[in-house]
Amino acid sequence: MNINADIDKPIFQQIREGIEDAIILGAFPEGSQIPSITEISVNYKINPATALKGVNLLVEENIVYKKRGVGMFVCDGAVDRLMENRRKEFYDKYVSSLISEAKKLKLSEQDIKQMIERGFGSEY
Amino acid sequence: MSIEIKGLTKQYGETTALDNVTLKFENNKIYGLLGRNGAGKSTLLNIITNRIFTTSGEVLVDGENVRENDRAISKIYLMSEKTLYPGDMRINNVFKWSKKFYPDFDEKRAFELAELFELNTNKKVKQLSTGFTSIFKLIVALCVNTPYIFLDEPVLGLDANNRELFYKLLIEKYSEEPFTVVISTHLIEEISTLIEQAIIIESGKILVNTSREELLQSGYSVSGKAVYVDNYISGKEIIGEDTLGGLKTAYVMGKPQADMPESLEVTALDLQKLFVKLTNAKEGK
Repeated sequence: MNINADIDKPIFQQIREGIEDAIILGAFPEGSQIPSITEISVNYKINPATALKGVNLLVEENIVYKKRGVGMFVCDGAVDRLMENRRKEFYDKYVSSLISEAKKLKLSEQDIKQMIERGFGSEY
Repeated sequence: MSIEIKGLTKQYGETTALDNVTLKFENNKIYGLLGRNGAGKSTLLNIITNRIFTTSGEVLVDGENVRENDRAISKIYLMSEKTLYPGDMRINNVFKWSKKFYPDFDEKRAFELAELFELNTNKKVKQLSTGFTSIFKLIVALCVNTPYIFLDEPVLGLDANNRELFYKLLIEKYSEEPFTVVISTHLIEEISTLIEQAIIIESGKILVNTSREELLQSGYSVSGKAVYVDNYISGKEIIGEDTLGGLKTAYVMGKPQADMPESLEVTALDLQKLFVKLTNAKEGK
């Protein structure tokens, strides 16, 4: 994951999403330990309070849990829950911005469909 | 546990370097002390550490006045551009002597850090380049183990690799055992993710004293066709404008209005941009 102070999103949100991505991609499998607050803060050169704020959001959502004195671990079922949330966000986050940009460039629905088909075609 | 600065004023003849400054550095937080050249940052740091005296006002360290008070002063370490060590002293001797002034100084760690930064500890203080002088003082700062550390332009002359190494060592130490750190620097972008609290000082006065996040959310920029931007910003608090042909970007305080015209683009401001615009606005530029 990359942390960028210049973009609009607060850093604690970037930390949260970075860990979520790592869980979805299987880099941090369910049941495994995630990096500590110190490791995250040192690695990204961020204030530990900021890293903690990001991780605490994941704790509240039952994505990771803390074991006192040991560390933080990925909850069982975290991947399914994250995928479900991300799918819900997919329209607002990607489709609506795609359509507004397409309208600005006067691309038709047909043009977009063709591009989507091309994208899927090249990937699989 | 805190450093409290109450109504601090410093006059140099006719010049007022600090004008009734009141501030509090709370326990175990990382502060960014930002200000333009001559804003009064170094004067403030030198008064806090009893290197110079105030004209009026006081500095309390954990409730005790710092003026000529060795116990209060020994809780603070100030790394500044001035090198206070004898030029003929070798670095390894400085490390040994530091232990006398700061009982919690970790000499073993100092030699480990010297190795990490590839600092030759057999050299004399006066033989070091600008970069290595900073490195040597940073090593002392990272090993003194006082509850309050002030860093005045800590990375002066350091290459990118060593700056990165320093920031990482600082966070590592801080997250293992928190302490109060105040970083005064012009390299705002480099410390913007490190700090929890931002203080901006301008012409001897405190202009901003708030959390980094609140400061970042205090303003935004809006850009687009100049006529649309002008229309949008009328009646709003503006801290700056950039014009490029028929395009305009305005820097606005507050939150973007909910019914934002689609023709305008709203962007968050980064710390450096906010700093530049706020301090320019104050000076009427």
